[in-house]
Amino acid sequence: MARIQLRDLCGARSGDKGDISDLSLFADDPAAYEAIRAAVTAERVRAHFGDLVRGPVHRYEAPNVLALKFVMHDALGGGAPRSLRADNLGKTLGAALLRMWVDVPDAVAASAPRRRAPLHR
Amino acid sequence: MTVRLGGGQGFYGDGHEPVEDLLAAGVDYLVCEALAELTLAILQKDRQRDEALGYTRDLPLYVHQALPWLVDGKTRLITNAGGINPVAAGRAVREALIAAGAPQVRVATVVGDDVRPLATDLGLPADALFANAYLGARPIVEALAAGADVVVTGRVADAALFLAPLVHEHGWSWEDWDRLAAGVVVGHLLECSGQVTGGNHSGAWWANPDPLRVAFPIAEVAADGSAVVTKPPGTGGMVTFDTVREQLLYEVHDPAAYLTPDVTADFTAVAVDDLGGDRVRVHGARGAPAPTTYKGLVCTAAGWAGEARLAYSWPDAEAKARAALSFIRGRATTAGVEVLEWHEEYFGAGAFGGPTVGRARSDRSVLEPPEVIGRLAWRTADAETAARVSHGVGVLGLSGPPTIAGTGRSRDGRPTQLLAVEPFAIDRATVDARVRVTVDET
Repeated sequence: MARIQLRDLCGARSGDKGDISDLSLFADDPAAYEAIRAAVTAERVRAHFGDLVRGPVHRYEAPNVLALKFVMHDALGGGAPRSLRADNLGKTLGAALLRMWVDVPDAVAASAPRRRAPLHR
Repeated sequence: MTVRLGGGQGFYGDGHEPVEDLLAAGVDYLVCEALAELTLAILQKDRQRDEALGYTRDLPLYVHQALPWLVDGKTRLITNAGGINPVAAGRAVREALIAAGAPQVRVATVVGDDVRPLATDLGLPADALFANAYLGARPIVEALAAGADVVVTGRVADAALFLAPLVHEHGWSWEDWDRLAAGVVVGHLLECSGQVTGGNHSGAWWANPDPLRVAFPIAEVAADGSAVVTKPPGTGGMVTFDTVREQLLYEVHDPAAYLTPDVTADFTAVAVDDLGGDRVRVHGARGAPAPTTYKGLVCTAAGWAGEARLAYSWPDAEAKARAALSFIRGRATTAGVEVLEWHEEYFGAGAFGGPTVGRARSDRSVLEPPEVIGRLAWRTADAETAARVSHGVGVLGLSGPPTIAGTGRSRDGRPTQLLAVEPFAIDRATVDARVRVTVDET
């Protein structure tokens, strides 16, 4: 097994419905999907976000698009029009999940396809 | 026969240039989705000021854009831009058409989503700012069947705006759950405009072709519900397996049971095939009967927010920003201002991601940030109380931590006038001759 940060393994997109943050994690091939399915549990996600997410976290699987869906309740400071957070829609929470480090099979880590943006200064 | 749908709008304030490209490429229906959860609250405030408002005010602009195609009968326009006042919106559209010399274009208005008058019966707060049910595709299909060229609605489930023309054109039954689910898939993929054509893409976003001209999407939908998602030729952005699957799951909660007013859709049954050349085929959606209830959304007042943002330079930027926010909080507390809720954020030092940032920072050695912006937000019962806290912000300039800086001219991009000042010298006598001292002799 190898340790890898999800940013090097997955894409993510997050949105909102009321005070619920709705977050998807996308793997790039079936082996990577199986790896995140084993590693990124609802419990781990709940712990990862700490007091940023105050309610339960439910996980759903969408193997057809190699994705996991996390529905996080009481997660946006009361919902967009009520929240005092700058990111009142939780658009950055997908990226925040990509900070998680996971243990995956060596082959999955070795072929992690996600590249980093070139920095032009 | 395939029906060509164009996703012309994803929110109130979306771009108009990509709509030109959709119309030029040819779409049977231009569908404009204008209402986020928050939007009705904004429109409600508009209507409180003026009974003739309460719809998204750029609606006539879309009508003008689509006018040549509406007149030719080549394209029909469907939109929920009616917001909290679809009747006034319909009137505005008719006026725009008459003014443009096209009174023959037929406009339909869908009402009935506003359930605020029933608030007491429904057990909703009597002081609700708005209370709306998310309607389905049926009333829009009715409008199309009656020959409408433009359909203006209030709150309608986003995907239903797109499902309606498919039901109308393909003659799908209201019990053909798989077809209805397929229509919801198409609608869901198109309802956020550029978000399926390369916008907000978490993959190689830096490789998005021609990012200044990200296209809006087109779906070519066959009678069996299978569809190709694509974009107008010669535009920017991209349509790939990645862009489509990211939008497919966006905000759907359980992807195996996406609840809509018309059908419960199973998105995990959908196959997403990248055909190349910005063409992605989606097919295989499965449907089940719709929920027995409509979803509603009720809005009530929740106090007032105040906010301060203060930037500090290295060294010790974060420590200074934290001290500054404590300063404002402390002053308000000492003055007895009743604040219901405080919220602190430090841009550049982990404003986003909460505890996930702390762990990442302890994982690696992180350079001290060159600057930090501290943001303090507070909630109070009324606007005057919120303003009282702000008094402490200016005081920081001379009495707070060192290296304070601004955070920009305007919060919302509104233009501010710039002024140039130049020093000059002037002969003392010229000025002295103008000096008069008058003492009132009482």
